[in-house]
Amino acid sequence: MSTVIPPATRGRRERGVTSARNASLAWLVLPALAFFVAFALVPLLAVVVLSFCRWNGISDISSISWVGLDSWHSVLTDPALPHAIGVTLLIMALSWAFQTPASILVGVFIAGRQRYRALLSVIYFIPLLLSSAAIAITYKALLDPNFGIGPGLHSDLLTQNWLGEDNLAVGVLVFVVSWQFVPFHSLIYQGAIRQIPASMYEAAEIDGAGRLRTFFSITLPQLKYTVITSSTLMVVGSLTFFDIIWVLTEGGPADATRSLALDMYIRGFRANLMGPASAIAVLLVLVGLGLALLLRRLGGTDATASQMEGV
Amino acid sequence: MATTVPTRTPSRPVPPDPLPRVRGVTRRRNWFGGLAGWAWLVVIALPLYWIVITSFTSQDTYFDHNPLVPTTHPTLENYQFVLDAGFVRYFVNSVIVTVGAVVPAVLMSFMAAFAIVRGGGGRFLTAVNGLFLMGLAIPLQAVVIPIYLIIIEMHLYDSLTAMILPSIAFALPLSVLVLSNFIRDVPRELFESMRLDGCSEWGTMWRLAFPLTRPALVTVTIYNGLTIWNNFLLPLILTQSTERRTLPLALWSFQGQYSVNVPAIMAAVLLTTLPILLLYVVGRRQLVSGLTAGFGK
Repeated sequence: MSTVIPPATRGRRERGVTSARNASLAWLVLPALAFFVAFALVPLLAVVVLSFCRWNGISDISSISWVGLDSWHSVLTDPALPHAIGVTLLIMALSWAFQTPASILVGVFIAGRQRYRALLSVIYFIPLLLSSAAIAITYKALLDPNFGIGPGLHSDLLTQNWLGEDNLAVGVLVFVVSWQFVPFHSLIYQGAIRQIPASMYEAAEIDGAGRLRTFFSITLPQLKYTVITSSTLMVVGSLTFFDIIWVLTEGGPADATRSLALDMYIRGFRANLMGPASAIAVLLVLVGLGLALLLRRLGGTDATASQMEGV
Repeated sequence: MATTVPTRTPSRPVPPDPLPRVRGVTRRRNWFGGLAGWAWLVVIALPLYWIVITSFTSQDTYFDHNPLVPTTHPTLENYQFVLDAGFVRYFVNSVIVTVGAVVPAVLMSFMAAFAIVRGGGGRFLTAVNGLFLMGLAIPLQAVVIPIYLIIIEMHLYDSLTAMILPSIAFALPLSVLVLSNFIRDVPRELFESMRLDGCSEWGTMWRLAFPLTRPALVTVTIYNGLTIWNNFLLPLILTQSTERRTLPLALWSFQGQYSVNVPAIMAAVLLTTLPILLLYVVGRRQLVSGLTAGFGK
């Protein structure tokens, strides 16, 4: 094939062919690029611009006026902001702390090759298919103090005002979020655990390591980068939880579950203050990027380093 | 020749090991994992079981029977009630929005991924690829206000198209990533021989790359389909009238209206999930691999 061409002329020839080919290929990306620019990139830039403007969200574009730092000033001095950040961080921390061990343990379980575990996985993954709205609606009905499962079973313990008291509401929210997302993260862990070489476990067995020791000395260290990936997805994902909180509590009781994403929606689309709402949206993007970079740092700079030393 | 092409991609979970003993992580008893596994199964299964049995319980008997025991007189009245409440319309809306967004999104992503892989070193295509990678970090929630403004200015507010357009844009970054990873695994010699046979890039794309990329195309189609089918925020912000609602939003307002009628709400939940559950029964493997698209390493 190409060996017919003498080596000297080959380089130039191929470069010419490549650039001609690139030109003919370039237009193939244009439809995707146009959509991406129009509905993702431009909005990202526009939300920054809007955070310096006043707009009520009802009148058309000509009513938008530049007000400089007004929105930022009102948002940053509003005591509701530290509260919303606190709620966001609380939900983030609690759901991370609950989901991570649960996902690792379930991941270990379904990484097993037993046939019944494969069958159980069929059920495990069902929550991944349901919309956040459907899940929140189900739990709202299930936990209702009048029509839910508590009064149905005549159980006082289960008949609580689950979504009507601050701490209970946050607890329920963390549980529902975990119910939805633990399957996804255990799926990630399952894949990673199956990659761990069996020889490591055999060596540990020969050395007389017990089951717990094996888990803490081999499985967990081998999962280091998976833990970081999964935690990044959990932490950054929890910033933008909207449907599940909105349907479950609408930010209530009072403002107990009003996280940043809800704060943005309520300010923008309920109070018609698009300027301050945009400022919060900008904060959301910045916090998300910051957390992602921070977690990457924690994971060490060289994520490609071998985890297989000594194998 | 084409039959020997390796179509494995790093973005898919490892296929079941033909030799279970080779990587036998669990040859010894693992009490913790086992306990957690069974406990979580109960946590997952109990609400699902409750949804199903409640949806067949009549509204009259719901309050005076044990909610965890299936009713002795199963009824379809709740489903009838839900269908009468306009869910057929919402269902059709959801289908239109999902198909209308997924098909163009997947085709455009495929074309873009093909160009990015084939045009390797080109400056423009490298920049475009970088842009899509950056796009993975843009959360939809953070840019809904400008999207709302753009849709109003396009005079598309309160239409199904209003939900389709941003859905396409937000499906692109991950789809391009997954598809380009996959196309990169196609041996260069195949492209080269197509070129020597005088086939254009356009022809190569559809006749060689498209069939070879089918598993990844199925994966991104399913992933995007699920995401868009379940989207709540876009209909919430971009529609107003009842007849433009898609299922998740309709479900929410249905509960707001009939919060006392728990059996009907559960029938509605089940109905809105039915197409996905059917898909799950038919193509579980593709669905599960679609869910972790881009993460399995």
